[in-house]
Amino acid sequence: MAELRVPVSAADHVRGGAEGKVVLVEYGDYECPYCRLAHVQVMQLGRHFGDELTYVFRNFPLTEIHPLAEPAAEAAEFAGAQGQFWAMHDAIYAHQEQLSLPFLLSAARALGLSESSLAAALEAGTYAPKVKQDFLGGVRSGVNGTPTFFINGHRYEGPFDYQHMAAAIQPLRSRP
Amino acid sequence: MGQVLAPGVTAPDFTLRVTPDQTLSLGDLRGRPAILAFYPADWSPVCGDQMAVYNQVLPEFRKYDAELIGISVDSAWCHQAFAEARHLHFPLLADFEPKGSIARQYGAYRDGDGVCERALFVVDREGIIFWSYRSPIAVNPGADGILDALDRLENQEKSDGRTQSAGVGG
Repeated sequence: MAELRVPVSAADHVRGGAEGKVVLVEYGDYECPYCRLAHVQVMQLGRHFGDELTYVFRNFPLTEIHPLAEPAAEAAEFAGAQGQFWAMHDAIYAHQEQLSLPFLLSAARALGLSESSLAAALEAGTYAPKVKQDFLGGVRSGVNGTPTFFINGHRYEGPFDYQHMAAAIQPLRSRP
Repeated sequence: MGQVLAPGVTAPDFTLRVTPDQTLSLGDLRGRPAILAFYPADWSPVCGDQMAVYNQVLPEFRKYDAELIGISVDSAWCHQAFAEARHLHFPLLADFEPKGSIARQYGAYRDGDGVCERALFVVDREGIIFWSYRSPIAVNPGADGILDALDRLENQEKSDGRTQSAGVGG
């Protein structure tokens, strides 16, 4: 059980090496405090492993407990459609305690994106299908809360601090 | 650790409190697939909570006409507060008195710890266990195993339906 069922593809948002020996896929929620903590750890992993690590973020908004997770995910996808996914992603986690619809609109403006286009996209649910697709793929892969990580396709069961995750990644980077 | 009840066995019926003044029986769900999710306790950390994830997956379960039920040894009052706090849209049953008696019948009780195992059962429309799984207590199993089982159950029902209609026709 708990194998990643949806392979990393062009539809994904990828950070770090394009073809790293180790592929870290996270299913996360923008309103989840544990995901914010994990974001800092993932950034540190990226600095340490460089191009050997390919990092992918997929949406898993738990909307019943985090009502802002869905609009935040759609806003990140909106930014992603204009090549600014990671900038929006980082902005949301950096200011998670301020997360609100006005915050998302102002974050878009700060990135040089159109606030009114984002408002219209959220209203129309333009990016809802992408978020839903991520969510369903996660459910089928055994995502059991947020964040859930998969390292080279296997669900990672350990703690998501830098030390533990680096220890899980380290032995995989040397494989031919 | 004992074994959880295996597929092919009739799911033991039960009547448990679902709210302080209402009960629910497994027999009430006859005619629909049922998902029984035994879990150790209410109030685990929010974002990693098994019931919070299942709550979010309810629309998928309902595509199979399946009803989800959570069961723990917490009381009906505790379940009520938990369900309200987490906006849960499915029943939580209290296996509270005698404590854990239903979990024991399913092989899903942890003696010594005094809580339910993380054990999952998919029960078919006739009340027979179709799939069961016990996860290590510290590992929240997610919903993939349940959905895979519901896929197989649906396929089996379709092929049984074809067999029956073929029998009638020929």
